[in-house]
Amino acid sequence: METASHTVESKTNYLNADYGIKSWLLTTDHKRIALLYLISITSFFFVGSFFAMLIRLELLTPAGDLVLSDTYNKLFTMHGIVMIFLFLIPSIPAVLGNFLVPMMVGAKDLAFPRLNLASWYIFITGAAFILYAILTGGVDTGWTFYTPFSTTFSNTNVVTAALGVFITGFSSIFTGLNIIVTVHRMRAPGLTWRRLPLFIWANYAASVIMVLGTPVLAITLVLVALERVFHIGIFDARLGGDPLLFQHLFWFYSHPAVYIMILPGMGVISEVIACFSRKRVFGYDFIAMSSIAIAVLGFLVWAHHMFVAGISTYAALIFSMLSFFVAIPSAVKVFNWTATLYKGSITFETPMLYTFAFIGLFTIGGLTGVFLASVGLDLHVTDTYFVVAHFHYVMVGGMVTAFMGGLHFWWPKITGKMYPEAFAKLSAVLVFVGFNLTFFPQFLLGYMGMPRRYHAYPPEFQVLNVLSTAGASILAVGFLMPMVYFMWSLQYGKDAGPNPYRAAGLEWMTSSPPPTFNFDETPVVTWEAYNYDEIDAPNKGVEIAG
Amino acid sequence: MWSNLPLFPARASSMAGHVDALYFALVAITAFFTILISALILFFAVRYRKERNPQATQIHGSTALELMWTGIPLGIVMIIFVWSSVIFFIQTRPPKGAMEVYAVGKQWMWKFQHTEGQREINQLHVPVGRDVRMIMTSQDVIHDFYVPAFRIKADVLPGRYTSTWFHATAAGRYHLFCAEYCGTQHSGMVGEVIAMEPADYDRWAAGGVDGSLASAGEKSFQQYGCSMCHRADAAGRGPNLIGVFGKPVLLDDGRTVSADESYVRESILNPGAKIASGFKNIMPTFEGQLSEEEVIGLVAYVKALGNGSANLPLPVSEPNSGVYPVAPKTEGSVVKSDKTATPPTNAAPAKPAAKP
Repeated sequence: METASHTVESKTNYLNADYGIKSWLLTTDHKRIALLYLISITSFFFVGSFFAMLIRLELLTPAGDLVLSDTYNKLFTMHGIVMIFLFLIPSIPAVLGNFLVPMMVGAKDLAFPRLNLASWYIFITGAAFILYAILTGGVDTGWTFYTPFSTTFSNTNVVTAALGVFITGFSSIFTGLNIIVTVHRMRAPGLTWRRLPLFIWANYAASVIMVLGTPVLAITLVLVALERVFHIGIFDARLGGDPLLFQHLFWFYSHPAVYIMILPGMGVISEVIACFSRKRVFGYDFIAMSSIAIAVLGFLVWAHHMFVAGISTYAALIFSMLSFFVAIPSAVKVFNWTATLYKGSITFETPMLYTFAFIGLFTIGGLTGVFLASVGLDLHVTDTYFVVAHFHYVMVGGMVTAFMGGLHFWWPKITGKMYPEAFAKLSAVLVFVGFNLTFFPQFLLGYMGMPRRYHAYPPEFQVLNVLSTAGASILAVGFLMPMVYFMWSLQYGKDAGPNPYRAAGLEWMTSSPPPTFNFDETPVVTWEAYNYDEIDAPNKGVEIAG
Repeated sequence: MWSNLPLFPARASSMAGHVDALYFALVAITAFFTILISALILFFAVRYRKERNPQATQIHGSTALELMWTGIPLGIVMIIFVWSSVIFFIQTRPPKGAMEVYAVGKQWMWKFQHTEGQREINQLHVPVGRDVRMIMTSQDVIHDFYVPAFRIKADVLPGRYTSTWFHATAAGRYHLFCAEYCGTQHSGMVGEVIAMEPADYDRWAAGGVDGSLASAGEKSFQQYGCSMCHRADAAGRGPNLIGVFGKPVLLDDGRTVSADESYVRESILNPGAKIASGFKNIMPTFEGQLSEEEVIGLVAYVKALGNGSANLPLPVSEPNSGVYPVAPKTEGSVVKSDKTATPPTNAAPAKPAAKP
């Protein structure tokens, strides 16, 4: 705790070190860039949520009576594109990862600070193209850009939107590269790989996927544009192409992209659950290795999106088996988090509530993935609301919940202020209740056979759709509340001090908000991660089981 | 609206029982693990809350536990894998002797053609108690043939045939959905599968038809001049098609393909792709000249030739009668199997090409 002597009294931090718009737009400080990202992705989150609310309102009634079919198709397309490429993928790596990775490894900044700033500008440029595509008429291909619909039949702004996604991909690659190099090269003295926080392991694994997978998506989108603009036969059967080739290429990136989104969330959960049960994370090595296993296996399961698409029987069986394997490392994580609580000393601050919600919802999200990996059952439920429910349990119930948990957990570090605990807990409960009410009925709808991306639907599906829309309104309140109280806390929140939760980890050993170069002197690490026994003296010793 | 709240789809095919059994097993497994994890979290949260347990006990981990909760889930999912694969084999292997229905998806309707000759749009009549195999293609984008009550789904792709099958077990009207997003009226690309008792079905199938699908195919076969080269004797410049369907075909590069629907389709639209051994690449493509329905008729006709239920017609006109324009790439004089010196015909279609 030597470095903790540097406390709130210190007046200079990364927020007040410099003033003016230029000091933000030209900053190379990873913490300021993280805030630029936070502001950007939060805006996009509300744009995407607005589309989601219109979708849910349309689905209140069986007839397609609120918007036109074409409008509806654009709404779900833009909801998907904005949420995935402009919110979920950058959310934890580019905001929390950007802010925390250098601090957690005891470094002054990321390895390539200017590349980091460039990644934000590239992200904004890509986002501008996507927004332009939306404002000038939208896109109606679905976020998946399936061919030959996207290349030959759609009359919307496919190329502009694809170009936007193509460009944001580079920001993702830059962020991944920065995290990988920082973790390899800039760890503080004594901070061995096995002493790294699990958040680092998770972001490292996600970064490897970003660097290896994103180029494939970029190539695929270029091919879509080439076929659409120059009619070069690649995917359209009438031009001599193969529509399944597109699906193989697209999912080769887009399935691993699911792990880009969820792995960093899992990293947040490991940090939070250790802190609020005052314990070392159970099975550290297994959680760390399961992140790597997910990153590797994640590249081998893409064709489980294509079981009904016309691939061969044996290809389907192999991808089915590999998809079952990828469930195992996720299960290992869930069991280890649960075991971490055993004999802990548990408190229930807001981040911990989000963590509990994450474990429950991710368990359901993961297990319903097993339904979809079961090829014989997938034939019935794929392309229905069952899939919609499944991936929202993983993406919103898992990833967004983890992001909210992480944002609350590190808010005092980022801003130096505490958020109001009571409101925060209420919003966590609203998110949990609203989420389940929104998406659980969709599992039932899916098994009954309601296809996804339907503007109008048979009347027997109405009751469950009404429940889902009702849940979405609760969810919306749950997400709007933090906007208000986080803003409020900037002005009126209690001063947090360097370490309000007495949490382990280098990021808590410097002041809040941290100084520009994070640490007044480079820390030397002599302890394991999650050394809560040392923090919570009297030390009762370490019990080693197994 | 509350009186109409089904929570489970109708079960109307032989497949439904298999799929539902696996579904319920997985629901049970999901419920078990979700409740287990939630109960443990709740129990630990209460038992080890700070007020009751002010000091945590540090535990590094347990290899035995790790192996257990790696091994048990792995065992469970491997059982599920085998189970679901067995179902998948049933789903992907249509029984021999299944009756066949051809489907063409287009933005935004379903067109069905029965071998007896009936044609339908957005309605599919099928008999209860018989195996029905769907042979499907798309005229434009990817569609998906989905009948929830039958628990079957298969993408319908442009440029190739895909197939699925079912065995309806209860008479009734069931939803047919397009399950692959296909544009503006995707949610309007819906229809009904009408499962009928066999006697009712036979009555329906016999009503108001002026010829089977194969006979429609035979007409096209003559109209497009196929019969000029594909003759019933060994003298044609194309292979004699009698008895070919369903058999292996030796290609000129030494490979062997099975003469299934996809091969026949490809040989009509892209004849150069796989040349039967002993023949030259002289057949013109019919890409863009035939509608998918006409191709289906031709496939059904070739199939009928394969099982001997149809015969090759005589050529519609004598060679060199001047009716047919000479195809640009004939090179008939160098054709080894060319016994007649008739130039291959480009078979000017009687009507303009249906496709743009």
